[in-house]
Amino acid sequence: MSKPGADLAIETSGLVKVFGETRAVDGIDLAVPTGTVYGVLGPNGAGKTTAVKMLATLLRPDGGEARVFGHDVLREADAVRSRVSLTGQYASVDEDLTGMENLVLLGRLLGHRKPAARDRAAQLLAAFGLSEAAGKQVKHYSGGMRRRIDIAASILNTPDLLFLDEPTTGLDPRSRNQVWDIVRAVVSQGATVLLTTQYLDEADQLASRIAVIDRGQVIAEGTKGELKASVGAGSVHVRLRHAHQRPEAERLLAQHLSAQVQLDHDPVALTARVGLAGNGDGATEQAARALHELSSAGITVDNFSLGQPSLDEVFLALTDRPATRPDDPNDDARGQAGSGGPTRKEGAAA
Amino acid sequence: MSTAPTTDTRPARAAGDDELAPVTVESLAAVLIAKERPPRPSAWSTSLAFGWRAVLKIKHVPEQLFDVTAFPIMMVLMYTYLFGGALAGSTTDYLQFLLPGILVMSVVMITMYTGVAVNTDIEKGVFDRFRTLPIWRPSAMVGYLLGDVLRYAMASAVMLTVGLILGFRPHGGVVGVLAGIALLMVFSFSFSWIWTMFGLLLRSEKSVMGVSMMVLFPLTFLSNIFVDPKTMPGWLQAFVNNSPVTHLSSAVRDLMDGGWPGVEIAWSLGWSGLLVLVFGTITMRLYNRK
Repeated sequence: MSKPGADLAIETSGLVKVFGETRAVDGIDLAVPTGTVYGVLGPNGAGKTTAVKMLATLLRPDGGEARVFGHDVLREADAVRSRVSLTGQYASVDEDLTGMENLVLLGRLLGHRKPAARDRAAQLLAAFGLSEAAGKQVKHYSGGMRRRIDIAASILNTPDLLFLDEPTTGLDPRSRNQVWDIVRAVVSQGATVLLTTQYLDEADQLASRIAVIDRGQVIAEGTKGELKASVGAGSVHVRLRHAHQRPEAERLLAQHLSAQVQLDHDPVALTARVGLAGNGDGATEQAARALHELSSAGITVDNFSLGQPSLDEVFLALTDRPATRPDDPNDDARGQAGSGGPTRKEGAAA
Repeated sequence: MSTAPTTDTRPARAAGDDELAPVTVESLAAVLIAKERPPRPSAWSTSLAFGWRAVLKIKHVPEQLFDVTAFPIMMVLMYTYLFGGALAGSTTDYLQFLLPGILVMSVVMITMYTGVAVNTDIEKGVFDRFRTLPIWRPSAMVGYLLGDVLRYAMASAVMLTVGLILGFRPHGGVVGVLAGIALLMVFSFSFSWIWTMFGLLLRSEKSVMGVSMMVLFPLTFLSNIFVDPKTMPGWLQAFVNNSPVTHLSSAVRDLMDGGWPGVEIAWSLGWSGLLVLVFGTITMRLYNRK
C-alpha cells in the first residue's frame, strides 16, 4: 500500500464527462476516506449517476483523474473492478432469473465453484430474509425485495467499496429503513460505501461526509455538521385555524425564529426555516418558544411539524435558487420547499 | 438533530413486503465476515457461466424456442414441396440435395435473433453489474453465443428428424451428419458476432431486425443452397461461388453424403476465423464503450 492515495477509497480531481452538449460531470474533486459512508447529494440530473459510473469503470472519463484505492479507473480498471461492487438505480440483477439463480450465477462469475456458489447464495438469501422467494423470478419481487437481492448480489464477495446509487428511491418507509440498516451493517464490517441520494435525511442518517452536487459540480462538501450549519437545522410548518390570523403569526414567527417566513398557497399555512440561534438553542427549543408565543397571542394552531430541510431548502441556502428546474418535467414530484410534511417524496424514481 | 415530523403523508408500504422479515445486523455480519475470495476464474469458466444464464432464460421462457423448432420445420416442408417437382423431378430426389443446404440456411438465419437478444438485454441494469466484474471481458458475449449454439443444435436436430421422415438418406452416416453439423455450429458461432455487433450498435430491436434481413436474404439466397450456380449469369456466379454460405453448404452437403471436402471445409473455417477476428473485435470495442 505504498501507492499515493491508497488510504483513500476514492480520489478524483477535475473529473469530467460530456454527453453531446451537456457537461454531465463538470470537474468533480472528491476524497473519500476508507471505512465510511460518503454521501453524494443532488437532484435528478445533477451528475451523480454519471460520476458513479465513471468510478465503477462503466464510463470512460473525458477529463480529469479518478483513483479507487490508488488504482486509476482507466489504466487499472481490472484492479478497480476486483475491489468494488455496484448497486444501480434500477435493480442490477437479471429479472428473468430467480433470486437463487442470480446469486449462483454471480458466485460462479466471481470464481466460486458451483457447490460453493450455491452455499453462498443460500446463506445470503437467508440473511436477507429472501429464502422463501429464492425460487421466484426477480420480476415478481416487490420493490423492497428487489433492493435486497440487489444488495445481496453486491456483497457476494464482501467488497472493499460499495457504490449505492439511490438505493431507496421509490421504496416505502419501512423498506427504506431496512436498507439503511443493511448499509450500516456493511460499513460496520469495514467496507466503504459511496451513497448517492436525493434525500437529505438519507444522507444525514448514513453518511459521515456529504458532497452536494449540482449541474455536474460540487457546490458544498463537508461533514454533516458543517453542511447543516450552512443550511439551517430545519423548518417549522404551521397550520392555523383562522386565515385572518396569518399576518400576525408571520410577524411573530419572523421575530422569534429570526428567519424568513414563507407563506404557502394554503391560506392558513406558513413555513419558517429554523437556523442555529445565536444563543446556541437547537431547532426544537426555538420552535417550542415560537409556538408558545403564537398561543400567547391568541392564535390557534391546528397542526404543526418540524422537519429537516428539504433538498430544495439546502439548494436555496447554497445557491439561492431551488433545485427544481422549470425545464425539467419530472420535477413536480420533488422539491416543494415549504409545502409542509416530510422532506421527501415517494416514487420520484428516475 | 431533533426532528419530529407529526404528519406522514408517505404512502403505505407495498402489500408484497408484508412477509419480509427484517434483516438483522447479526445475520448480515455473519455473511459479511466471509472475506475469503476465490481465485480469478478462467475465461472459459466465466463464458460457461454466461452460457448457463442463456440456458436458464430458455428454461423460464420456453416459447422462445419457437424459432428453432417451428420455423425450421416450415422451411423444410415449404422448399421441398415448392421446388422439388420442378427442379429435380421428384421431392425425394430434391430433398437429398436440399436438406443440408436448407439446414445451413435456416441456422444461419436463426443467428440473427442473437442481435435482437443482445440489443434488448444490454439495456438492462444487470449488464452494469456484469461489466463491473473482474472477469475476461468477452465472456458475457461468448456466453450468449454458447447458449445460441445450443439453440442451433436443436434446430438442426429438428430439421434432420423431419428430413429423415420425408425420405432424406445421408450416405455419410452418423459420423458424416455429425461432422456436418459440427462445422455448421462453428460457422454459426463465428457468424453471430456480426449480430452482437449490430445488437450493440443499433438503437432499437426493430432496426436490428431490419439490418439482419438486409444481410441475410441476399447472403443465404445468393448461394448454391437451392440450385446449381452453373445456370446463373457470370457476375452472379462470381459472387455465389465465393460466398461463405456456398462454401459452407457445399462442405456440409458433401460431409453428410460421405465425402471429405477438404477445400470447402478449409474455406468455411477460414471465413469463421475472419468473422470472429473482425466482428468479435468490433463487438468488444462497442461493449467496452457502451
